[in-house]
Amino acid sequence: MDRTAYHPTPSRTLLRFALPLFVLALGCAPLRAQDIFGEANKTPGALTRVAVADFKLAAGQTEQLRSTFNSTLFNDLQSAAIFDMVSKSIAPPVSPGSPAEMNLAQWSPAPVSAAMVVFGSLGVTAGKVGVNGYLFDVKNPQFPQVLSRQYSEDATEDSTRQIAHRFADEIISRLGGGVSGIAETKIYFVHAAGGTKEIWEMDYDGANQHAITHLGQISLSPRVAPDNTRLAFTSLGPDGFKIKMYSLLLGRVVTFPSSGSTISPAWAPNGKEIAYSASGNGDFDIWISDVNGSLARKVTNFKGPDMSPVYNPRTGGQIAWISGRTGLPQLYIMESDGSSVQRLTDTGYVSAPSWSPNGQFLAFGWNRKYGPGAPGGQDIYVMEISTKKWIQLTHDGGQCDFPSWSPDGRHIVYANSPDGRVAHMRIWTMLADGTDRHPLTGPGNDMPNWSWK
Amino acid sequence: MTVSSEPKSLNFSHSFSRRQSFLCNLLLVSLSCAAVALTSGCGKKSKDLPAISSAPTASEQTMTPPTATITADPLAIDLGQTVVLNWRTTNATAVTIDGIGQVPVNGTQTVSPSNSTIFRLTAKGDGGSVEANVRVTVRVAVTPAAGETQMGPSSSKVTDAEFQSGVKDMFFDYDSFELRADAQALAAQSAAFLVQHPDIRILIGGYADERGSAEYNLALGENRANAAKNGLVQAGVAPARIRVISYGKEKQFCTESTEACWQENRRAQFTIDR
Repeated sequence: MDRTAYHPTPSRTLLRFALPLFVLALGCAPLRAQDIFGEANKTPGALTRVAVADFKLAAGQTEQLRSTFNSTLFNDLQSAAIFDMVSKSIAPPVSPGSPAEMNLAQWSPAPVSAAMVVFGSLGVTAGKVGVNGYLFDVKNPQFPQVLSRQYSEDATEDSTRQIAHRFADEIISRLGGGVSGIAETKIYFVHAAGGTKEIWEMDYDGANQHAITHLGQISLSPRVAPDNTRLAFTSLGPDGFKIKMYSLLLGRVVTFPSSGSTISPAWAPNGKEIAYSASGNGDFDIWISDVNGSLARKVTNFKGPDMSPVYNPRTGGQIAWISGRTGLPQLYIMESDGSSVQRLTDTGYVSAPSWSPNGQFLAFGWNRKYGPGAPGGQDIYVMEISTKKWIQLTHDGGQCDFPSWSPDGRHIVYANSPDGRVAHMRIWTMLADGTDRHPLTGPGNDMPNWSWK
Repeated sequence: MTVSSEPKSLNFSHSFSRRQSFLCNLLLVSLSCAAVALTSGCGKKSKDLPAISSAPTASEQTMTPPTATITADPLAIDLGQTVVLNWRTTNATAVTIDGIGQVPVNGTQTVSPSNSTIFRLTAKGDGGSVEANVRVTVRVAVTPAAGETQMGPSSSKVTDAEFQSGVKDMFFDYDSFELRADAQALAAQSAAFLVQHPDIRILIGGYADERGSAEYNLALGENRANAAKNGLVQAGVAPARIRVISYGKEKQFCTESTEACWQENRRAQFTIDR
């Protein structure tokens, strides 16, 4: 083992790191996709099989809204990745609008074989779209009703989509083993156009993309607060890049004073502190302040740039971050008071860690063969922190960076550019085992950050 | 292969085992493999390749290879100003300049680039082809700091062109913010100019090439600007006159994925801080 690669690291750190590395090399057990998802031995048949009947048109000229609702609801349940969905093409061609119209016997036999069926009606009256939604247990014909919900909102495309998201999240929360759905979550990202970069927001499925900031500057690294009230990001002003705080309630920038360059903010899970990187004395270190920029204290103190911190979202007690203290940027973790520094990667070029909601995993961008002329690409990896075993989630797709976990821990959103050019960067989503990858945006979009709820 | 103890606290209640055999084949995860990568993965400090000018094609006949030179006057302009390109070639039958097209074998051309540009001339002849480059820096006005009125009369006497000829950009190696020997020589020259013009305040912008993480490059850019500042301070310039800003990889001068272009972007750039 080439220890010279660690040469600037103090020897205690070296020992702490090299020992598990040695043990792992003996055991040679890779992190596997099912380690991320757990309960690996269940067969696919154990996924709850769910059918969705197209919702019935109840009143008004709402074919467009009905179609939006039906496709949004089906997509939400499908992308939750916890159901075995009955394809619409084999579902019975009926639209029962109410429990009285539901004939469970149609949904039980093969090939439908549904365990659960979702149905209901949608209508527009007096400018309001009204939805009645039901979830029935096909296997329990005597008392089939699991869920019944009514919604009423302004009759717009967007609010119809939001109703579908809310109903989907209700179903997922009821059937998903206690994990809330993510259909109502948002993704914040950087949108580049005309020489400026603004912070934008979209729904988790890529719909409803729109600008949040209008600063006419280069803004980077959006991070939304755990309670969705504020957005921290980095913005270029007359004195260089500094953290700015935007109130999503007031719709404007609020004050966040800081000295020197301040970049890459991160929220503590209690919403009361911000970790960030500041150049104070000419060297970027990790600092922590309250959300108004006060009581700033430095938690790293080592020559070489430290940045891109992220809190352990389950405990709030640890921070993962990127440090260039030994050369190319590597992944580290520490207690949030700066103690127990541990290096997690041993080579290449690491960027943009994101900590899984259950606290067990870190996702990050990693170019394992970084260097002039080196053939390596940058991909998304996930590491199990306790064992340092890792798994590569993207392959051969160009440059991937800025992974961000969904709050249910089942999805990861990230940025990808096929040729590595920043202008061609698009935001993609995938399951946390690297499957079901698909783009959410067109080119010119970067640095996604998934909301906490 | 054994799996580590199953994490009971995981929130997932459903499996992806249809994919597991496929994924297992993809995993390159044994850390012993990583250790192998580690032994070979430290080429980071290796010197950047110099810009390559293509050699004449080998040929039996002794055709004289063409030669080419191209110059620009001035080398640095403010946005909207013009530059005169001037080129001379020998033994060339076809001469092109990227972005302009076919041009005479010798000639001049007035251009007004909207971004800093490398004008690349390619001269082709019977004896092969040769390239020549010249870089024109276009200064896009930096948002002035609030204190416009503080500008002293003596600093207004120094034009941007004079400043640019006295204080030159410094370039850096890949992933490095150490001043190279050429940059140290420039620091001495620039400091001499700045000592002669004590009323000028200086803004140093630190820049990085397009490779690597946006956040890491912000730090790299700042470290480069600070290294340039330290070079000036050690050569006698008062630190209070100097302000640094990192632009990371957010303001690319040159937007091609070539080493020549990356080198243009890895720099500390000096402007009068008005």
